[in-house]
Amino acid sequence: MGRALGVVIWLLTLASVVLFFSGWWFPTAIVEHAPGIDRQFMITIIVVGIAFVAAQVGLGYAVWRFGAGRNRDERAVYTHGNNRLEMLWTVITAVIFIGLAVMGQRVWAQLHFNQAPAGSFPVEVVAQQFAWNMHYAGPDGKFGRTDPSLIRDEEQNYIGLDGRDPASRDDLTTTTLVVPVNRPVELILRSKDVTHSFWVPQLRFKQDLVPGMAIRVHFTPTSAGNFQLACAELCGMNHFSMKGTLLVLPEAEHGALMALPKAEFQGKLNELAAKYEVGVIYDANGTKLGKSY
Amino acid sequence: MVTTVTSTERVKQKTRVGVGGTPPGRNGRNGKGPGGGGDGGKKRDGAQRFSPKPYRVTLWILIAAIFMMFAAMIAAYVNLSQGEKWPPLKTPRLLWLSTGLILASSLTFEAARRSLKAGSDKGYVRWLLPTLLFGLGFLASQVFAWRELVAQGVYLATNNHSSFFYLLTGAHAVHLVVGILALVYLLLRTRRRRAETNAELRRRAAAGVVSVYWHFMDGLWLLLFLLLFVWK
Amino acid sequence: MADEMTVHEAHGAEAVHRHEPPKSFIRKYIFSLDHKVIGVQYLTLALVAVFVGMVLSILMRMSLTWPDMDWPIIGTIKPDQYLSFLTIHGTMMVFFVLTTAPQGGFGNYFLPIQIGAEDMAFPVLNMLSFWVTLVGFVFLVASFFVYEGAPIGGWTAYPPLSAIPSAGPGQGAGMNLWIISIAIFCVGSLLGALNFITTLINMRARGMSLMRMPLTCWAWFTTAVLALLAFPVLLAAGVLLYLDRNAGTSFFVPAGLFIKDIVQPHSGGSPILWQHLFWFFGHPEVYIAILPGMGATSHILSTFARKPVFGYRAMVFAIFAIGLLGFFVWGHHMFISGMSPYSAMAFSILTLSIGVPSAVKTFNWLGTLWGAKIRFTTPMLFALGFVSLFVAGGITGLVLGQTGLDLPMHDTYFVLGHFHLVMGVAAIFGMFAGIYFWFPKMFGRMMSERLGRIHFWITFIGVYSIFIPMHIMGIVGMPRRYSRFAENGQQIYGFLESLHPLVLFVTVAAVITFFIQFLFLFNLLWSLFKGKKAGNNPWEATTLEWDTTSPPPHDNFAGVHPVVYRGAYEFAVPGAPNDYIMQTEPDPAGGSSSSEVTSGNGHDGHKH
Repeated sequence: MGRALGVVIWLLTLASVVLFFSGWWFPTAIVEHAPGIDRQFMITIIVVGIAFVAAQVGLGYAVWRFGAGRNRDERAVYTHGNNRLEMLWTVITAVIFIGLAVMGQRVWAQLHFNQAPAGSFPVEVVAQQFAWNMHYAGPDGKFGRTDPSLIRDEEQNYIGLDGRDPASRDDLTTTTLVVPVNRPVELILRSKDVTHSFWVPQLRFKQDLVPGMAIRVHFTPTSAGNFQLACAELCGMNHFSMKGTLLVLPEAEHGALMALPKAEFQGKLNELAAKYEVGVIYDANGTKLGKSY
Repeated sequence: MVTTVTSTERVKQKTRVGVGGTPPGRNGRNGKGPGGGGDGGKKRDGAQRFSPKPYRVTLWILIAAIFMMFAAMIAAYVNLSQGEKWPPLKTPRLLWLSTGLILASSLTFEAARRSLKAGSDKGYVRWLLPTLLFGLGFLASQVFAWRELVAQGVYLATNNHSSFFYLLTGAHAVHLVVGILALVYLLLRTRRRRAETNAELRRRAAAGVVSVYWHFMDGLWLLLFLLLFVWK
Repeated sequence: MADEMTVHEAHGAEAVHRHEPPKSFIRKYIFSLDHKVIGVQYLTLALVAVFVGMVLSILMRMSLTWPDMDWPIIGTIKPDQYLSFLTIHGTMMVFFVLTTAPQGGFGNYFLPIQIGAEDMAFPVLNMLSFWVTLVGFVFLVASFFVYEGAPIGGWTAYPPLSAIPSAGPGQGAGMNLWIISIAIFCVGSLLGALNFITTLINMRARGMSLMRMPLTCWAWFTTAVLALLAFPVLLAAGVLLYLDRNAGTSFFVPAGLFIKDIVQPHSGGSPILWQHLFWFFGHPEVYIAILPGMGATSHILSTFARKPVFGYRAMVFAIFAIGLLGFFVWGHHMFISGMSPYSAMAFSILTLSIGVPSAVKTFNWLGTLWGAKIRFTTPMLFALGFVSLFVAGGITGLVLGQTGLDLPMHDTYFVLGHFHLVMGVAAIFGMFAGIYFWFPKMFGRMMSERLGRIHFWITFIGVYSIFIPMHIMGIVGMPRRYSRFAENGQQIYGFLESLHPLVLFVTVAAVITFFIQFLFLFNLLWSLFKGKKAGNNPWEATTLEWDTTSPPPHDNFAGVHPVVYRGAYEFAVPGAPNDYIMQTEPDPAGGSSSSEVTSGNGHDGHKH
C-alpha cells in the first residue's frame, strides 16, 4: 500500500510537471513591462516547482520506505523533533519566500508608482454592462465633460458626453481601443454601472474599473496587432460576452486615423481592424510576425 | 518549565484569570505549567461547586466579538468620511441627556454590584432599580433624538453621516436592549429565594457579568458619540 | 479497564453526580443538548450541503463543456442560471461545509472529549448554534425559489452589482435572502465560537495542560478565535449592504450609476469598502476552513505512523502564526481593485510571510513520517493525501501573492485551481480523514476499509486531474466566472480555443470523482447498521476519546473524570510494553510524581 501510494504520488507529480511543459502558456506579450513580469513568473514557477517536486518526492519516499510491514513488533524512531532543524528550515523558507515577495514588487512599482510619461496617448475607457466605450480626446487633447444624466442610447451617446462643452466637439467614442505602437498609452478607467476589469492577456496587466473612481494606468505597446479585450470582474449576466478590441497600429496609420473627421472615423477604424488578423503580432511597420498564441 | 500537578499551581491559575484578567483568545496559554485548571465546576466534596470563570470568559470574548462588529462599522465610517464631504449634523441636544443617563446608570450599577458583594440584598435592589430606569431613559432619549432628526428632515438615507448615525445608534440600542433584559433577569432573580448552596455565588457572578456588559455598552456609547459628533 | 478505573480514583478523579441522559426521541436526537448529537447534526448538515454544492459544480462543468446542450429535466443552462449555480456553490461550500463540518461537526463532538470534559461549557448555546445555522441554510436554499432565483454575484457579492437590485437577475429577492442567510450564519458561528473558547480554557481535565492537548484541540481553539473576530465584520458588512439595497443608503454605492436606464439615486459610497470589509473576514475564513483539517492531519498522521508528532511546539506556534497573520493579508484579494498600490505591496509581503508557518507544518508532517512504521488505514491515506494536496495548492500562493504576478493571474482559472486545491480538496480530505478515523468512536462500528480505499484512490487521482489543469488554463488566460466560452458554436476568445481538450478532461474527471462520492455515502450509511462492531480503541490511539466506549456514554466518561499524565503523541516510547501509551496511563512510579520524573522543557517532558 505504501509502495503504491508512493508511486501514485510520484506519477501525479510527474504528470503535473509535464503538463507545464506541454505547450500551453501565456500568449506572447506586446508591452514594454512584459519581460519583467514573465521573468519573475519563470523564477517563481521554478522555485514553486522545485518545492512542489521536493515535497511530493519526499512524501512519496516516506510512504514507500516507512511502512509498518508485517512485523508489528518493530517500533518507529522515538523523537519529538529537532529544534535546530526547525530553526534551519524556518529561516531558509522565510528568506526564500520573502525574497520572492520583494523581487515581485519591482514590476508592480514600475507600473503603479509613477505617473504616465509626458506625451502619452490618453484614452478614457468607460465600461458598462456589457460593452466597452473608448473615449478619445481628439486633436485638442482635452476630454469633453461627461454626465450620466446625459446618456442617450438612442443617440449613441453611451458615455453621456456633454455636447455643450466645447472640448467635446472633437471627441470620438467607439468600442475599439486603438492606440499607437511604441508610444506610452495612458488609460483613464471608469465605469458606468458596476465594477468591471480591463484585461488583454497580451498586455500582461489587469485593472478593475470601479464606479465612482477614475483609475489611471499606463503601458507602452511594442508590437502592433488586433487583440481581444475581456472583462475580468464579474459584472452581471453577460459578463462572459463583454468582448472588446485592442488595435495597436503603426504610428503613421494611427496618426492618420485620429486626424479623420468624426463621420469617417468609424469606417476607417473598421477597415483597419479587418486588416490585422486577430491575435497575430505585427511589428512597428505592420509586418506580420506570428501568432501570439 | 517544570510540569507538575500541584494544587498551588492551580490556585495561581485561578487568580490569574480573574475578572478582567488575562484576555482569552490568542493568549490561550494562560500560564505555564499544567492547565488542569479546568474542572467545569464540579468537585472535591462531590457537591456542585459553582465557578464563575466560564461565564466571565464567555462574556469577555462576547464583548470582543461585538466590538469587532462595531469596529467594522466605525472603520467604514472613517473610510467613507475621507471621500465626499457631508454636511455636518447638528448634535441633537437630547444626546447629551442620553450620555448623562447612561453614565449615571453605570455608576448605579456599580453601586448595586458592590452592595451585593458586601452582602446587602436590599442595597442591591435599591441600586439596580435606578439602573434599569436610567437604561430605559437612555433608550427613550434615543428615540426622541431620532424623532427630532426626522423632524429636521434627516433620515437614514439622507447622507452618509446620517446613515451612520442611525445605524450606529440603532445597533447600540439593540445591544442595550439585551442588557436591559439581562437587568430585568437580575431583578427577577432577587425575588426568588432558591435553596441552593451556590445561590449567592451565582447571583454575584451574574451581577458581575451583566455589569461588565453594561459598562461596555456605556463605553461604546461614549466612543460612538465622540466619533459621530466630536470627530465628525 | 477496571484497573484503570481504580487508578483514576486513586489519583483523585472523583466520581461525579451523573446527569441523567434525556429519554424522549426529541430531546435525544432533535433538540439535544449533548455536544455529540449536535456534532453529528452539524456533520449531517454539511453532508447535505456538500452534495448540493457538488451537484451545482457538476452542472457548471457540464454547461461549460457542452454549452448549448439540452439536458433532461433541467433543459439548457442559461448564463444567469450558471452564475446563480456558481454563487450558491461557493456560498454553500465555504459556509455550510467548510465552516460547519470541521469545527461544528468534529470540533463539537471531540473537543470536550479530548480535553476530558463532560460537555461544552454551555450546552444550550451549543444547541442554539446548530439550529441557527440550519435556519441560515434554509434561507440560502430558498433563494433559488424566489422570483428571478438565486443571486449571480458570486459568493463575494461585490457591490454595486450586489447593491442595486436591478443590476441583474436574482439580485433582487434572491440577493436579499442570501444576505439574510449569511447574517444568520454569522450569529450561529459566533455562538459556537463562544463555547469552544470557554470550554477549552476552563474545562480541561486534571493534568491536561495546554501543551499536552492534541493538536486538534489547538486547531479548534485557534479556529474559534478567528471565527469570533472575523464573522462580526462580515455581519456588519452584510447589514450595510442590506441597507444600501433596501433603505436607500450609500455605503457602497457612489453617485452617478446608470443602471437600467436610470441614474441611481445613491451618492457617496465606495465599492472598495465592501471588498475591504468582506476580505477582512474572508481571509481568516479560509484559515477557519483549513486549520481543523491541519490539526486532524497532524493527529492522524502521528497515530498511524506510530510516532510522535515531529515538532509539537513548532506546530502550535505555526497554528498561532497562521491565525494571527491571517488577519493582516486580506488585501491580496484586492491588488488590482483600485486600492493604493503601496498598501498592495505591504499586503504582498505579509502574504508571502504566511507561507512560512504553512511550510513549517509541512516539514513537520514529513518529519513525523520519517522513521515511522506507517499503517495504511483509510484515515491515514486521506491524511497523507491532505499533505500532498495542501502542498500542491498552497505552493501556488507564492505566485498569486506577488503583486506583479497577480496582474496576469487575477480572476483566472489559476486562482480557481489554487483555492480549490487548498479548500475544496485538502480541507475536504481532512474531513474524510476525520470521518474514517472517528466513525468507529461515534457510531461503535467500523467502516469498510475496502470501500474506503477505493474511495481514496479514485478521489485522490480525480482531484489532481480536475484542479492541476486549471493552473494551465489560467496561464493561457481563461477568466473566472464566465458562463460560457462559446456563443452559437463560435469560441468568443481566440486565445482560449486551444484549451478545449483540457476543459473536457477536467469535466470528465469531475464527473467520475463526483460519482465515486456515492460509494463513500454508501459506506457511511451501510456501516452505520452493518459495520463490524468497534471496541474502545480500534486504532490503538492515545488520546482521551479512545479511553471511553464507542460510542461514548452521555457524559463521555461514565461518571469518571479522566486524569492526564502525558502528552498526546506518546508512540514508540522505548521500553514501554506497547508501541503507544495512552494519555490517561499513569507512570508505574505513580501519581503526580510522574511528571517530575520528566525534564522540564515544556513538552510533556521528553528529552531528546
